[in-house]
Amino acid sequence: MSAALKTTALDATAQAFLTRYAGLRARLPGSHDARDAAATRLRASGLPGPREEAWRFTHLRPITEFTFLEPLTPIEDCPRLLARLPEIDAPRLVFVDGRYRPDLSTPPEGIAVRVGGPAGEAVLAGEKLVDLNTMLGEDGAEIVVADGVDAGTLVLASLATDRDARHGAFHPRHAVSLGKGAKLTLIDVALGEGVYLNNSVLAIRVAEHAHLTHLRMQLESIRAFSFATLFADIAEGGEYDSFTLTIGARLSRNEVHANLSGPNAIAHLNAARMLRGQQHGDFTSIIRHIAPNCQSNQTVKTVLDNAARGVFQGKIEVARGAQKTDGYQMNQALLLSHDAEMNSKPQLEIYADDVKCSHGATVGEIDAEQLFYLRSRGVAHEEARAMLIRAFLAEAINGISHEAGRAAMETCLDAWWGADAA
Amino acid sequence: MSETVDSMEAVTAVTEGGYKWGFSTDIDMDMAPVGLNEDIIRLISSKKNEPDWLLEWRLKSYAAWLTMEEPDWAMVHHEKIDYQALHYYAAPKKKTGPKSLDEVDPELLKTYAKLGIPLKEQAYLAGVEPAEGERPQVAVDAVFDSVSVATTFRDTLAKSGVIFCPISEAVHDHPELVRKYLGSVVPASDNYFAALNSAVFTDGSFVFIPKGVRCPMELSTYFRINARNTGQFERTLIVVEDGGYVSYLEGCTAPQRDENQLHAAVVELVAMEDATIKYSTVQNWYPGDADGKGGIYNFVTKRGACRGARSKISWTQVETGSAVTWKYPSCILQGDGAVGEFYSVAVTTNHQQADTGTKMIHIGRNTSSTIISKGISAGRSNNTYRGLVRVLAKAEGARNFTQCDSLLIGDQCGAHTVPYIESRNPTAKLEHEATTSKISDDQLFYCRSRGLSQEDAVGMIVNGFCRDVLKELPMEFAVEAQKLLAISLEGSVG
Amino acid sequence: MLEIKGLTAAIGDKQILNGVDLVVPPGEIHAIMGPNGAGKSTLSYILSGRPGYEVTGGEASFNGHDLLEMEPEERAALGVFLAFQYPVELPGVGNANFLRTALNAQRRARGEAELDAPSFLKLARAEMKRLSMPDDMLKRNVNVGFSGGEKKRNEVLQMAILKPKLAILDETDSGLDIDALRIVSEGVNAQRGPNFSALVITHYQRLLDYIVPDRVHVLSAGRIIRSGGPELAHELEAHGYAGIVADAA
Repeated sequence: MSAALKTTALDATAQAFLTRYAGLRARLPGSHDARDAAATRLRASGLPGPREEAWRFTHLRPITEFTFLEPLTPIEDCPRLLARLPEIDAPRLVFVDGRYRPDLSTPPEGIAVRVGGPAGEAVLAGEKLVDLNTMLGEDGAEIVVADGVDAGTLVLASLATDRDARHGAFHPRHAVSLGKGAKLTLIDVALGEGVYLNNSVLAIRVAEHAHLTHLRMQLESIRAFSFATLFADIAEGGEYDSFTLTIGARLSRNEVHANLSGPNAIAHLNAARMLRGQQHGDFTSIIRHIAPNCQSNQTVKTVLDNAARGVFQGKIEVARGAQKTDGYQMNQALLLSHDAEMNSKPQLEIYADDVKCSHGATVGEIDAEQLFYLRSRGVAHEEARAMLIRAFLAEAINGISHEAGRAAMETCLDAWWGADAA
Repeated sequence: MSETVDSMEAVTAVTEGGYKWGFSTDIDMDMAPVGLNEDIIRLISSKKNEPDWLLEWRLKSYAAWLTMEEPDWAMVHHEKIDYQALHYYAAPKKKTGPKSLDEVDPELLKTYAKLGIPLKEQAYLAGVEPAEGERPQVAVDAVFDSVSVATTFRDTLAKSGVIFCPISEAVHDHPELVRKYLGSVVPASDNYFAALNSAVFTDGSFVFIPKGVRCPMELSTYFRINARNTGQFERTLIVVEDGGYVSYLEGCTAPQRDENQLHAAVVELVAMEDATIKYSTVQNWYPGDADGKGGIYNFVTKRGACRGARSKISWTQVETGSAVTWKYPSCILQGDGAVGEFYSVAVTTNHQQADTGTKMIHIGRNTSSTIISKGISAGRSNNTYRGLVRVLAKAEGARNFTQCDSLLIGDQCGAHTVPYIESRNPTAKLEHEATTSKISDDQLFYCRSRGLSQEDAVGMIVNGFCRDVLKELPMEFAVEAQKLLAISLEGSVG
Repeated sequence: MLEIKGLTAAIGDKQILNGVDLVVPPGEIHAIMGPNGAGKSTLSYILSGRPGYEVTGGEASFNGHDLLEMEPEERAALGVFLAFQYPVELPGVGNANFLRTALNAQRRARGEAELDAPSFLKLARAEMKRLSMPDDMLKRNVNVGFSGGEKKRNEVLQMAILKPKLAILDETDSGLDIDALRIVSEGVNAQRGPNFSALVITHYQRLLDYIVPDRVHVLSAGRIIRSGGPELAHELEAHGYAGIVADAA
């Protein structure tokens, strides 16, 4: 009975979005064909529900507590939010409440950037949150690095302002495309205040022998809802190297679909997460080894305190013929409290025999032996505990080779501890 | 192959695609009409002369089944099963109950021989008493299609208070026990196939080990599907009271038939304080031919409840047969310090599909579980490990270790791993590892350079891969299992 | 008698052996020496039938049987044994089980009676004692977790138990300390007799102080460029391969 009620509430929320679409349709930029098709699918099948296998651990019910509206006129100033952006000496593209803000941005040189509407081609049609994004998306950045160009570092910032009772929903649609042999480090930061829903989609194309380093910092408001769906296609010899830090949002889901579509392509999908209070964080990834001789590597570390809930779903698919695949996946979670909960579902789906695939998962508390060892050397209990938790996360963060990016991640980590102490 | 080899045997080996148990036995059968409805259930119940409460239970289960849908989450694909096209009761005709083996159709006894029932069991089944001083090691219950046809050593067992009999008899002789425990681990409405089984089960084994008794011998059941167009729905219930111990073995074969046959069994285990149940299965139902025609649909619900403190349930399975396997022997670890184990080897070749694994539900404090799963895929088969480890909030100090390894033979098969790991207790420590590999050319050459044939080398490497599981089987079963593995994989490399 | 005539072989497009001629009469031990890349290991693999090598010409026979036409296990049954340079690990396969299965497979192929478990264990224990190997070596999985020296000793143990007529020792000395080298050599020497011949492939002369060969051959660029008595090994040790290779050219 309660399941039925939940579904009804979700249906009502889906209906509200559809109604918004009907009202906004004429004002939304670009072609309406894809939007209409997405609306049709949403109308038929609604938002992701708890009975769907891919959503068994993450329930969207909390979003039904709010009515989300599209943001009104832009807030002229958001100094508090800007101040929180990591100090990285690089050009930046700033979006506030889902809309591009040229006044706050410093566009890069050597990179083609187009804004003013949803960017890039259609990806992952039929994924419900992507459909929602397609239907209502207003803006986004299309970032193109030409063949052979080393474009350095670019910051892509999403800021969300607190509008009290008027809860904003925005659906940015970004696209990043690296030409053959091109290089880019994209530092992708999302932060905000208050209650809002940020439902972003990012489509990435890494051409032959190109290299994208993608550092993602999800520092959203602790009351916000954050859904980020990422699609990456990596061509022959290309590399997509990503690290995702998740600290914010009441309810978040970070879903990555990475296709290794050319031989010798490489994908790293690493992540660290620290969640507390009532936070719920979901990291879901589907890595498809389509071509032979590709490599994927994934280490996801999760620290859960209070009544936080962590979800990890990681699937590695090896297509028939994708021989010599090397797939490695490790997810580890530390539970710091009796009310915390971790749900993991690592998954292998393999259709080729000459492959090396493995996954590992551990869930547990801080190692008592290690704790005792530190204390026997004179380190106080709380300090020892903190040291071990830091060490646990550091293993993941130390792998980031971009120094400024790693420093920014560490600063966030420190801030998290600071908040903990307070 | 030398020319002196029995040509009949050679022909059989070829035509049966390696399945050596594909004979059928010509026995006079008593069959229920085809189809499923309340009347059929009443007929089964009356054939068994069952008490009203059991008929009521069956009818309730049937009503529940009617409201349910066949599960579709497993990674298996098969033709839709027409549940109205099956016989739900088939029994060898006999005048009265099997009081003595003399009353058993001689064809049936021949069947045992063909089944390759190993060891001394055949003699025991045939009623030969062991020589003085020779301790019987295994007591056997043989279930032929839907009914138990012979149970050995009941008297010997009874002396130590052990009850080992067909469940249809236990319903009459020990109604209080059956009524108390039947459906207490796998409720009638648990899942689609369990509901179906609860409605139409015809026989199976019942074991009761009283307080403090260590069962003096291994207990064993051989299941055999023989009749055409029948489903087999056996029901096994094993209850071990405080401090008791039993080791139970289960073997299964079926004739080679072009049509698919349904097997939907339910096994319930109850272990009280300090009790231990070791349940071993060698499943060799007919897997279908090389093109995927025929074979058993094996949809089985097996679950054990570790109700008492320090109780232990250990499942060991070697799954080589069946066209489709859907099976997750599980442990509900309720008692503090309870232990659950799952050791599994699943081999799929040709077009076989297996989706098998376990569930370990940690409820009590300091409960621990171990899962070792070895999946071997060859041909065009698909082999999936699906498992759940769930630690509930009160399971302080729970432990799980899971190791899932897949071995792929050839590039047309699939190997999949789908573990669910859910923890709600910080003091719980869960570890999961999974790997995928193939038999390396170097390993094959190394063995061959020492004189082993290609097939023996494959058999040896595969057995090595499965060692951690096979060593959990009782010795004589382990030998059978090793041979079975090698036979199952014949011709899959090279 | 091992007879190799004009043997040429390739791996893929790469020609490795360019016409090897060699005769090893029964009862003799011959050493094959040569610089890296000369084709020494290739020769041993071709004689034992490892897949992946293409024989492009010539012949190789043992006691009149055409080796090149036979499966690896048939060669083993004939009495050809390769002691691997890098012995392969077989997880989960017990050493004793492996050896007994191999021995009985060979005996079966030769029409001999199989050895039951107790007789096998007796045989294995005796040989292990001779090789100063601890008993638990039989219980352990084949080469899994063995040190380099243990692996090589395990190869020699297999040889001692399988009692081949022709042993090919592929750089068995590599990775051995001096004690292990002595033990391994004693294991080989113990096999010496009128029905045992061996091809000892090595890079260094050191091993040949322990296993004194009847003949020494120098393999270079896939061809035997010089043959001689045991003194040839000393000459090589003193002057290196360069001089001999240059002389031959």
